[in-house]
Amino acid sequence: MMRGCTGFCILDIMNTAAKQGSVGAVTARKLHFDAPLAFRGGGVLDQYELAYETYGTLNAAKSNAVLVCHALNASHHVAGWYEDQPDNIGWWDNMIGPGKPLDTSRFFVVGVNNLGGCFGSTGPASINPATGKAYGASFPVVTVEDWVVAQARLADELGIARFAAVMGGSLGAMQALQWTLSYPERLANAVVIAVAPKLSAQNIAFNEVARQAITTDPDFHGGDFYKHGVLPKRGLRLARMIGHITYLSDDAMMEKFGRTLKSGAIQYHFGVDFEVESYLRYQGDKFAEYFDANTYLLITRALDYFDPALAMGGDLSRAMAVARAKFFVASFTSDWRFAPERAREIVKALLDNRADVSYAEIDAPHGHDAFLLDDARYHALVRAWFDNIYTSLNAP
Amino acid sequence: MNATANATERSRRSDFEAIAARIEPGASVLDLGCGDGLLLDYLKQQRQVRGYGVEIDDANVLDCVKNGINVIQSDLERGLAGFDAGSFDYVILSQTLQAMRHTEAIVMEMLRVGRQGIVTFPNFGYWEARLQIMAGRMPVSKALPYQWYDTPNVHLCTIHDFEAFCSSHGIRILERVVLTDGRPVRLLPNLFGSLAVFRFEKLK
Repeated sequence: MMRGCTGFCILDIMNTAAKQGSVGAVTARKLHFDAPLAFRGGGVLDQYELAYETYGTLNAAKSNAVLVCHALNASHHVAGWYEDQPDNIGWWDNMIGPGKPLDTSRFFVVGVNNLGGCFGSTGPASINPATGKAYGASFPVVTVEDWVVAQARLADELGIARFAAVMGGSLGAMQALQWTLSYPERLANAVVIAVAPKLSAQNIAFNEVARQAITTDPDFHGGDFYKHGVLPKRGLRLARMIGHITYLSDDAMMEKFGRTLKSGAIQYHFGVDFEVESYLRYQGDKFAEYFDANTYLLITRALDYFDPALAMGGDLSRAMAVARAKFFVASFTSDWRFAPERAREIVKALLDNRADVSYAEIDAPHGHDAFLLDDARYHALVRAWFDNIYTSLNAP
Repeated sequence: MNATANATERSRRSDFEAIAARIEPGASVLDLGCGDGLLLDYLKQQRQVRGYGVEIDDANVLDCVKNGINVIQSDLERGLAGFDAGSFDYVILSQTLQAMRHTEAIVMEMLRVGRQGIVTFPNFGYWEARLQIMAGRMPVSKALPYQWYDTPNVHLCTIHDFEAFCSSHGIRILERVVLTDGRPVRLLPNLFGSLAVFRFEKLK
């Protein structure tokens, strides 16, 4: 067994360790929908596809399904890896898998790429069957409400009448919140993490700078860059750099980069001097390679428009009155994008309705991105929450 | 070890029973410093209350979640800003008053948010405590199990102290029960009672 154990062997062992508790190799699937979907902001898709993944087994009662909603740049690839891409690990793999806080040996977990996305579901880069060309700028402006409608249609197809929980962080948590309002009877629990009930002016401002970076890129061509054979990479790169700054806390950045110099000495130029510059450029470049510029515009706009209280004259408590789910709400102390005070607005609205809600304020230094990281206290809470759901599933 | 744990459990239980006896069935309850949430669990079962706990400690918040109790993680020392005036029937502060820094502020906040307040606290006027002080030492007992140097209790008071506080702060005492080992004490309660339970409201 141990024959000729070299460096490779150690790598194998490390890989095995990293993959323990993983759902393992997964397969992305697609479902085609023929029923037209009318968007809240106008526009209709006569047909569309949704890319999704599932982990675990749907029980006989079909009561153990959990929908995991993604945030800005993620996808249906929530956990596990692909056979042909072993390094492409799902974005919430530390949370979801056998024996993990959301335990796939107990729950049937569904991840879906939202409409307008660029990872397999119908989006701006998809071919519009009516024209034979990419949708581009003509793709409808999507809202969180539209996504939730599409997700509910996917649930119908999968035979899930009611989710044990809908869960998400950041924009994903907004979808979980919207589920409790759009389909209050179709979920038992809402797990909403690192979220606000609506964006602040500052949040919208950051999104607007990111969108301006994209739309003013000469390669953007009003959103129809596909037919020009170019990609507005400079804009996307900037958009990602701006976004990335808002995901991290000042302390986390200082801890990670400090004022460390790339070459060890100040160069007196405008190239890369500091490590943080190098990091942002690298992140921006990487992102611009795989993400669609129109998707970025759509998703940031969906964030801007999300405001469930608006229909009730700004009264979030009245808006939440229809919700029937049990809520677990968590925020992170160093998250300045969606600070704890913002999460407490949701908690307050739920208290006003005497809804079942627990709220944890997790003292973590990493900023908004903390919701994706493996923090013991945070994961213990999510684990306990799902343990209780599991117990309730099997209660008489 | 086990005897101590059992004694703690017994005194906790008598605290729970004393509080439950003062609460109308079906009431809404906010339990400040709710610990592991077992008081709320008890009140849910015995009084069918609609309850929420407020707790700062991470481990306690986790225990509440495990126990299926609604818990809001928040620092009581910063008040109850997230709660509307008059939004609860009862606001409870069980065995926590003596560990608060901003004691005055939290009692007033209890009466802003709740129609009535209920506090329980170890009576510092209990004869055991007096005896130990007479002997020249800070009291250590079942009700006050800490050494002076590691105690979370920063605002200990006697039954008479609390009553004086109420009268100087526009608070009407609706009910007072004093217990020792879970049994009511009627004779010289400030001397023979180890646990005090007060139900009170704001003078209109």
